[in-house]
Parts: sequence; structure tokens; C-alpha cells
Amino acid sequence: MTDLVTDLSAAGRAPRRSPLLRVRNLSVTFPQRSGPPVNAVRGISYDVHEGEFLGIVGESGSGKSVSSLALMGLLPSSAQISGSIDFDGHKLLDMNDRQLSGLRGRDISMIFQDPLSALTPVYTVGDQIAEALLLHDAALTKQAARSRAVELLKVVGIPAPERRAKAFPHEFSGGMRQRAMIAMSIANDPKLIVADEPTTALDVTIQAQILEVLEKAKELTGAAVVLITHDLGVVAGHADRIAVMYAGKLVENGSTADVFSEPHMPYSIGLLRSVPNMQTAGTQRLVPLEGRPPSLTALPPGCPFAARCPIAVDVCREVEPLLASHGTFVSGMTVPVAVVGEEDTTSAHLSACHRSTEIASGALTRADIFPRPEPLDVQHPARPEDRTPVLTVTNLKRHFPLTNGGLFSRRIGTVRAVDGVSFSIQPGQTLGLVGESGCGKSTTILEILEMTAPQAGQILIDGTDIARASRAERLRLRKDVQIVFQDPMAAIDPRLPIGEVIGEPLTVHGVGRADRRARVQELLDLVGLDPQMADRYPHEFSGGQRQRIGIARALATNPRLVVLDEPVSALDVSIQAGVINLLEDLKEQLGLSYLFVAHDLAIVRQIADTVAVMYLGRIVEYGPVAEVFAHPRHPYTQALISAAPIPDPEIERSRTRVLLEGDLPSPTEEITGCNFRTRCPLYRLLDPAAQSLCATIDPPLVAHDGVDAACHHVDRNQIIDSALAFTP
Amino acid sequence: MVFYTFRRFVNYLILSAIATCLAYVVASLALDPAAKYYGRNPQPSAHVIESILNGLGVNPDVPVLVRLWNWIVTLVTQGSLGETVGGRSVVAEIVTRSGVSLQLLLLGSILGAILGVVLGVWGAVRQYSLSDQVVTYGSYLVFATPTFVIGVLLMIGATVLNSVVGRQLITFTGSYSAGLTGSWWDLLVDRGVHLLLPTIALVLTGAASYSRYQRSVMLDVLASDYIRTARSKGRSRNSALVRHGVRVALIPMSTFFAYSFGTLVSGSIMLEIVFSFHGMGEFTLQAITQSDINAVAGSTLFLAVLVLFSSTLSEILYAALDPRVRN
Amino acid sequence: MSIVEGASATLIAGPEPEPTTVVLARKPLSRGRLIWNRLAHTPRFWIGAVAMALIVIWAVFGPLLYPVDAFSRDPLNMGMGPTQLHWFGTNNIGQDIYAQTLIGLQKSLVIGLIAGPLGTLIAAVVGSVAGYVGGLVDGVLVWLINLLLVLPSFILLVILSPLFEDLSWVFLTVFLAGFSWMIMAQVVRSQTRSLRNRDFVKAARFMGVPMPTILARHIIPNVASLLIIDATLGVVAMIMAETSLSYFGFGIRAPDVSLGTLLSEGTAAAVTRPWLFVFPAGVLIATLFAVSLIGDALRDAVDPTSGVNRD
Repeated sequence: MTDLVTDLSAAGRAPRRSPLLRVRNLSVTFPQRSGPPVNAVRGISYDVHEGEFLGIVGESGSGKSVSSLALMGLLPSSAQISGSIDFDGHKLLDMNDRQLSGLRGRDISMIFQDPLSALTPVYTVGDQIAEALLLHDAALTKQAARSRAVELLKVVGIPAPERRAKAFPHEFSGGMRQRAMIAMSIANDPKLIVADEPTTALDVTIQAQILEVLEKAKELTGAAVVLITHDLGVVAGHADRIAVMYAGKLVENGSTADVFSEPHMPYSIGLLRSVPNMQTAGTQRLVPLEGRPPSLTALPPGCPFAARCPIAVDVCREVEPLLASHGTFVSGMTVPVAVVGEEDTTSAHLSACHRSTEIASGALTRADIFPRPEPLDVQHPARPEDRTPVLTVTNLKRHFPLTNGGLFSRRIGTVRAVDGVSFSIQPGQTLGLVGESGCGKSTTILEILEMTAPQAGQILIDGTDIARASRAERLRLRKDVQIVFQDPMAAIDPRLPIGEVIGEPLTVHGVGRADRRARVQELLDLVGLDPQMADRYPHEFSGGQRQRIGIARALATNPRLVVLDEPVSALDVSIQAGVINLLEDLKEQLGLSYLFVAHDLAIVRQIADTVAVMYLGRIVEYGPVAEVFAHPRHPYTQALISAAPIPDPEIERSRTRVLLEGDLPSPTEEITGCNFRTRCPLYRLLDPAAQSLCATIDPPLVAHDGVDAACHHVDRNQIIDSALAFTP
Repeated sequence: MVFYTFRRFVNYLILSAIATCLAYVVASLALDPAAKYYGRNPQPSAHVIESILNGLGVNPDVPVLVRLWNWIVTLVTQGSLGETVGGRSVVAEIVTRSGVSLQLLLLGSILGAILGVVLGVWGAVRQYSLSDQVVTYGSYLVFATPTFVIGVLLMIGATVLNSVVGRQLITFTGSYSAGLTGSWWDLLVDRGVHLLLPTIALVLTGAASYSRYQRSVMLDVLASDYIRTARSKGRSRNSALVRHGVRVALIPMSTFFAYSFGTLVSGSIMLEIVFSFHGMGEFTLQAITQSDINAVAGSTLFLAVLVLFSSTLSEILYAALDPRVRN
Repeated sequence: MSIVEGASATLIAGPEPEPTTVVLARKPLSRGRLIWNRLAHTPRFWIGAVAMALIVIWAVFGPLLYPVDAFSRDPLNMGMGPTQLHWFGTNNIGQDIYAQTLIGLQKSLVIGLIAGPLGTLIAAVVGSVAGYVGGLVDGVLVWLINLLLVLPSFILLVILSPLFEDLSWVFLTVFLAGFSWMIMAQVVRSQTRSLRNRDFVKAARFMGVPMPTILARHIIPNVASLLIIDATLGVVAMIMAETSLSYFGFGIRAPDVSLGTLLSEGTAAAVTRPWLFVFPAGVLIATLFAVSLIGDALRDAVDPTSGVNRD
């Protein structure tokens, strides 16, 4: 029944002509010097029509980047590629490098993930864009190419493009570099733009800007776009169709509405259910998708997802399901009725699962497959009796001198990394600290954890001023404050068995070997790992497991406060939910307090009780999490919330966005009055009198119905919403 | 950037000065300039020896620091590094001899660097090809051979060649044929022939280390994202490698140049001695064997200035190649 | 980000473990094991290692199996080429070159094998302390490193060489090591500075682990592979330095014999009686070649990205 709807809507969007890009049975294998080859992509087929926006979604290692590099002809020469790729009348896999160079940059262009390393450091940005033009137009003069490059920079929204064209990549911010990449990719009016995780390395506010520019580029050139991402929220708002990849295969392919509202493949279902949604976060537990993708060197027979699939049956472990339209697929049979072959894949909703029909028919509901876990039934929840705040930070400042490289280092400015921050955390409470990178979050927590006297202000841990604490006292305080780092790969010494990693904090406090060992067993059990594994080395664990090891280490000394520095942002989406649930459980069981630093607002909303929003070393909004998310007072908070993508196409498409202009200003810049006004969407809408207030007086953090906000015009912030229709 | 380079220059200048002073002190303490005169027959009177030593400013009875101070004062006020035991001005000796040394050193290091870079890029682009393997094993072999051994082996080879050809095709003793007369062209050719073997030896050692380093830098660059970007714009692989890859891979070479310079200098000193060039190497060794403190200090200063110069040059080269360090 | 996501991770980190349930069944490779596996697949390593083993065995047992004494003179065979009696020929006073070469090889090996690792040890200590402690200590140590780099060690060695006439090769060894650690110390220092900001080191600091423990437990083991490579290549550098000094008459001195003194004696007659020069030179080159093959193979094994064309 949905088929019909899909068909009609698809037909409405894309005229049924032969597709621009037609990928059939594409496989990519990397032989290894020792050991079995890596099967990175295993026989995928999809189409992209002119002007279409396809989102390819997958976790790291799913083969999504490899498959797109294959169509650009940019894979390492060692890669073995089979199948066929037809692009606009060309058989790409049959072309040599020289022939492909004629197409690349002219008809197909690509935007890469890391815009810093993707630009050659020694040439100016303008020259690199001009290069793309000159390569495909021998008649163009250098002069003309340069001025066209400037125009392109202007198109993608780079201020002062004439000057900026002469700058080197390192003089650009991440967002500007990505804009320059987009400028480069649209230089020759391509028919297809492949964007490989173009916003992953960027802040959420910049991500929103870049996606906007990408949409604009698509409109200008009329090009089809293939957007590769791990973030369902990013594709929800932009893609026409979505292809989900898992372990080198396409496992689901359909219109965005279909895949989001009626996914047919358990992996897609699990993925969608595990992602915290900013609108519902905090009200219910997350649905974890346990396990990890199989190794691409030794794939088990059958469905690669079978090991993680809650509804796997025997056939799943024996026969790998083919990508097929569920309506004509006979479950349990080895021969599917409709397999993607020569026919067009555009309108169909395809999935690779033996039980798709049951799912599609509604016999198996999504909640059956991945039930939402019950909240942990804690018999005796730890209720901290001591009511002194575990952490009180008052007017904390950390300034770094900025010196010039002259003969005698002269101070030419000050970086106000942390500039008067105050907050406190009650026992058993979680404070979420959010803000763009460079806002001073990291410096704040470093100041707390280094436990040296702050430059200015005061840090009290359990009521003890760390500036005045003796050496012994400080060592005792260290017991009470522990940290979990962002990157589980970097946070654990790769050369120590995990038992020693977890027990390390205890060595400082003179705990004997036997006691340490016993405690490590206990901790491993607590974080859901097998206590038998204490002698194993970190590389034997997956990212999610390593993060659990990091959590176990943080808990070794029975701390009262755990600082969580982006604890899940380095993990794959499907793993995040499990770790978040664990953190919530531990907090209940042990009565912990968390200082949770994150940029992902949905996760903050899920776990935090109170939230503090930081901008340029200051807290601009501070209050109970539900209240702040429901009614943000400060325009910056509004912008942050509005920029965060929501993995729901309906909401995403109907949302209005408060876009911030430009980048985070350099922290050395002296901004009079309110330091947010240079980017403030509200400031632009204010009358001159109100503006002059912002420009002259630095707004203090003032309570507005239980939420503190540092803005002169809290009462007028709704005008942003009403003005959205008119702002560019 | 200019300031930064200047600051580094000043820093190196101070280091060079201290190094020279240290060498002066060590030489003064360790060497016994009087021994030579006592060993003469007939032995000069103690008085005569004393006056000779005083004349040179190396009398061991005068405290070392006083002698150092006098030496510095003379250097600063008169631009003089004192006299050698042979009675010649150290500065004059250095001026004549450094010409011979620098000729070899410059030629060897420049040609070595160019050859090394070319071979390194070639090896990286054609990794594991036969030519790469040959260059790789060849450079190991050169690595494993002390410079003087290369020199001597080349001499043996040239002798064999000369006897095969039946005439003196390659001459390799000294930096020119004494007493040769003829047009300036003949003299130039003569010098070139003399320079041939030591230059080959020096180029080989230089190219061996440069090529290994350039190869590994180039391999890093090959995998970098901007090569992929350049190709995605429509450059073919080779053109992207040359226009974007080699250009970036040259940056770390400028630092490597400074590091490898010391090895190159000691290699060239050895070659001078092996090939009987009357250069700074011979001067230094003679100075030490003759317990000539002023000459030792002078050659130390010369070497320190070379290091100073090469470090500064490498800094400037680095800034010229990499816009990221310019401001 | 790497070109081949997943695949390249596997290329670098070795086979990824299976999900938890399977992890117990197939034990993934530890780093040490992985390096060894890569080494085992490198022909260079085996050529170098086997050659080096043979050379060491030869140096130790060779003289025992050879009837001619290194220093006795054979008046009947002075200045002879290689014969059945004197395998490498004799010098002009009738001493056996083969026997002398073996003695010289022993000396060179001992000096190289001690001085190389000794220099690395100094580099490890100075580099890690400078990099970790930072501030004034770092400033002073860096300055010292730069001074030693500017100081012409060759001249100092030569000036001081009369001193080690009495102290013999032990002093020479220490002196050589003392002038060979600076560049490696700079490398260790910069590595330490980046390790210092790695999360696991920060974690240890935040726990209150004392500095020497952090250096020993976290920093040094993580630069160990670099140090092993440096120690290996240091052996080459030290043997070469010793040989060069001895060649010019400033290292090992008669009656003591090293490859350098042998080469020095052989040079004058290198053209007329090449065996005096070529045989000791061949042994020297073979030894250094073998060690540098091992060192280079180690480098590739430790840092697989350094030697693999990934385009």
C-alpha cells in the first residue's frame, strides 16, 4: 500500500528517464600484504537521477566512502573493483586515469570530509579554485580564472572574496575551507556532486551553514548530489532518497519518507530508534543497538547483521539476503523474486532482509524488534546525604597571553579562553556544558582537573578550595573527581592490559595489588564487560567497549563527580545509546554527579538536569534542561537548538532555522558590549537604540523565570521567529 | 617571520660563539704546544720557547681564561685569529684553504640534494618497482660505507680505469696539478678532473640520505587528501603528484638539510684528506697534530659559522616553501 | 580521514576483533605481535638478521678456528696476496690480515653495540624529561642539545684523543655515545610533547600519578619503537664513527686493532696490494649493511604508513 504512494511521489519528483548515474554490482576489495583481503564494498547497485539528492548513510567501515571514491576513480591502485558504473553515457570503470581526469571536476566533483587536509597548504585558495577552471577550459586566461574564483567564493558566502582569494588554506576557518571546497566543486557546473561527510568535522552551527550552501550550490548548478554521512539528522532534511549501507552492502534503499517512517530492515530500524531525538530526549530511555559490524576480512555466511539482529532466524545465518522490493519477496526462500538488475531502482523501496515482508506487513512492529528498555529498577538508589555541592565554580577566569614572534616577545593581546564562569553541581545532578568548539568548555574542565590555583575566581570541590588545599588534600580531592575522555582510543594507554588501566587510579592511593585486582573485576562487571577480560589489551576491544573501560577507570576510586568530556561523540551512532544508558544507570546506582561536556544537544537533553551554554568564555544561558530547551532565552541558545538536525524528515523540513552568521570570532578580538552581537540574529533585527545597548553594555547573567540568560533583550527574542521568513 | 628568523640567527650566533670558546678552552687544556719545541734538536732554550709561546698567546703558564679573553679581544678589535705555529696568519690560511673546501662542499651538497630529491620522488611514485628496489638497496650500501672508504674505492677504480685506458684519464691527488700551465680553460678542466672523484663520493653519500628521506616524505604526501582533491578537480595522477605533491614534500627537506649538513661537512673533511686537498680538513688535522691552539680555534670557528649559515639558510628556505610559517 | 575507511583501519590496526561474543574465540594481535608479523614478512629483515647473526658468530668463533695468530709475523710470507695459509693475505711485516680483520671486527662490534644503545638511552632520558616537564628545564636542555650540535664533535674527539690512549676503547665508546644522542633527543622530546597532551597521559596526571611514574609507565613505552630503531641505526653510526676516527689515527691505536686502523694501514697500498684494503672494507660494509637493513625493516614494521604507497 505504501508502494503506490511512494511510486506516485517519486514519479512526481524525478521524471522516469535513464538515470544520470547507474551503479550495478559494484564491489571493491583491498588485498592485504598479509592476511585475507578486505571486502569493503560487496555488490551494491543504485541509481541517481538528474537533480536528485541521494543520502548514503552508514557507520564507519560500512563502505560508503569507498564506494563513492570508486566512482570518482580515486581509489588506491591496489583496490580491485568490479561491477559497472554508468555515468552520463560513460562507463567509468573502463576509463583510464587520463580519460577520467577529463570528467572529474567538470561533470562529477567531490567534496571531502576534512577541509583542512583537502586543500594544498602551499597554494592560495583562489589559485586552487582557478586551477579547477583552468584544467577544463584551455581557452580561459589565468586572469579570468582568478576573477571567476573570486565570484565563486562570493557565491558560497565568503566575505571579502577578493582578499580571501589570496589567502592560504591555513588562514581559513574550518567552515570557510569547506565553503571554498564547495566553490571548487561547482566551478565547472557539474552534473553530479559527491559530498563525503562534508560537515562531520564542523560545529553544529557551521554544519547548518554548510548544508545551506550545499543546497544553494545544488540549485545553482542543477546538479544531482550524493551526500555520504553517518548522521541521519543531516540527510533527513535534505535528501530525496536514502540508501543505508552496512558491512559493504546496501541494506535499504528508498525515499526519505519511507525509510524514516517505515524502515524495513532491522538495522535501519535499530539505527533510527537508537538516535536520541532532541524533541523527545530526556523523557524516555534510549534504545541500544548492541554489538558491532563484522570484520570485512572474515564475513560470516548469511546476513552480516544477523549477529546483532534481535529477530534473526536460522536462514539469516546461512543465506545473505538480497536487496529486493519487499512486496514481491518471498520470505524464507533462497531465490528472491525481484532482484535489482537492469531495471530502475528509483521508485522502489528496497531492503535486504529475510523478514522484510513481515516487517512491511506490520506483523513485526519496530517496537517488537527493538523494544525500549525499562528504566533500571534500582532497589536502593544511592541518595547522597551530603548536600554540599560537589563542585562550585565561581567567576573562573583563564586568560592566555598572545605574543608576537618578534625579537623580544611582546604581548599583543589576550585570549580570554574562560572569562568569568560560574556554576555549581549538586550531588546526584548532571550539568550539561554546551557550546561550539573554541567556546572554552575544554579549558574550563582542564582548570578543574589540573587542580592548581586558578588565575582568578574560585573552584570548590566538596566545599574545599583547591587553591588552598594542601598536597595531601589535593590528592584526596583527586579521588573524588574523575574524567572520561572523548576519544576512547586515545584515552587508554595501548600498551597496558585493561586491568592495569582501570586499576591505575588506585595505585596512587596505595591500594595493594590483590585489592586492586578485586576492584577491577567489580568495575568490569559494573560497566557490562566480562571480568575475565582484565588481562586483555585495549586493541582487543571495540570503541564502545573501550569507552566502558574508560568509565570503569573513572569509577575506580568511587568518585563523587565524573567529568564526561564528549563521552560518546567519537562513537558510532549505534553504539552511543548503550553508553548513554550505562551512564544513566551508574548515576542512579552510585549517586554520581556528572559534568557533561558535549556539543550534541540531543544527548545533553537526554542526560542532563541543568544546562549551561557557553559562548566565547562566558556562560550565556544557565538553567534546568527542559526549560532551556523548551524556551531558550538567549539568541545563541536559540540558534544552537535550531541548527541541530533532527532525524525526522517531517519535522526537519517544516522547521524554520535561526542561522548564525559567520564563524566564532577570534578570541583575541575585543568586542565591546555583548560579545555575541557580531553574530546575533536578534541584534540584526533590533532598532538602533536597542542595538546601542548591546554595543555598549556587556549583559550580565540575569534570572528570567528560573533560567539565567545574558541578554539585554530576552523579552524580545520571539521576534527572531517572526522575522525568519524575511531573513536570508 | 623575519623577526623569528633573526632571533634564531642570534641564538645560533651565541651558540657558535660559545662552541668556539669551549673548543679554545678544551684545546688549550688538552694540547701541549711546548712539547714540539722541547723535542727539537738542538733544543731551544726555555727562554726562547717561552717567548715563542707568548708570541702565539698560548703560554700554558698564563691562565686559560686570560688567554681566551686575549684571543677574543684580538679577534674583536683586530679581526685576527692569531698566528699558526708556522707563523702564518690563521685568517689568511682559512681564507685560502676554505676556497678549496667550499668548492667541494657546495658542489657535493647541491648535486647530492638534487639527485637525492629526484631519486626519492621517483622511488616513492614507483614504489616497489625494480628501479625503486635498486635505488633503495644502493642507498643502503652507500650508507653502510664510510665516506673515506668510498673515496679509496673510487681511487682504486680510477687507477684500474687509467691502466685500462693506458693514460692518466683521471687524476685524483690534490685539487689541481702543480705546475700546470695553459689557458684558463685548461686550468679549469684540470681542477674539474681533480674534483671529480671526491665530488662523486660526496654526492653519493648525500644522495643516499636525501633520497631515503625524500622517499618517505613523498610517500606520506602521496596519501594526503589534497592530492585526492587535486585529482578530483581533474588533474591526472602524475600531474597532481608533481604540481601538488612534490611541492609540499620539499618543505620538510629544508629542515633535513640542516640536520644532514654536519654529516656532509665531516664527510667532505675526510675526502679532502683522502684526496690530499689542501683544504680546511687538512688544516684542522695538522693544527691538532702540531698542537696549534690558534689554528684549532680558528677551524672550530669556521665550522661553527658553516653550521650557523646552513641552519639559517634552512630556516629561510623553510619559510620560503611553507606559507604556514611565514607570519 | 583515510581514503579507505574501515579497510585502512584494518590495514593499520590488523584484523579487527569480532563482536564481544566471538572475541574470545579468536585472539586479535597485540601490537608487538603485529610488528613481529610484519617484520617476518619483510625479506630485508631476514637478510639483515641472518647476515648479522653470521657475522657475530664469525667474529666470536672465527679466531678460534683459524690457526694463525693475528700479531705473529710470518717472515716467509710478507706482503703476500690471499693464499691457503693466509686467507686474506699478509701485510708487509707478515701479519695475517684475516686474523687481524676478525680482531678488528670484534672491537668494532663491541664499541658499536655498546655506544649505539647508550646514546639512545641518553636521548630517551633527556628527551622525555625535557618534553614532559617543559618550562625552564626544557629550555636549558634544548639549549644544551643545540650547543652540542653546533660544537664540532670531530675536533673535540681528536683533541681529546690522547686522553683515551690510556683509557682505551671504553672512553672512546662513552665519548662517541656522548656526542650521538642529540637529534634523537629532539625527536623524543617532540614525541613526548604530543604524548603529554594525549588523553591517557592527562588521565594519569589527573589521577595524581607522579611524574617519574608517568614517564616510565606511559611515555617511554610509547616511544620504545622509535628508540629501538634509533639504537639499531646508532650501532651503524657508532661503528662508522669509530672506524673513521681510527682511520685518521685518533681512535683505536696500535698495537690495538680495529677495522679503522686496518683500513688506515691498507690505504697506502690500496692500489698495489688491494687485499690489504678491500677485505677489511668488505667486512665492514657487510656488517653495517646488515645492521642498517634490520634498522630500516624495523622502521617500516613499526610505522607501516611510512613505507606503503597508499594512493
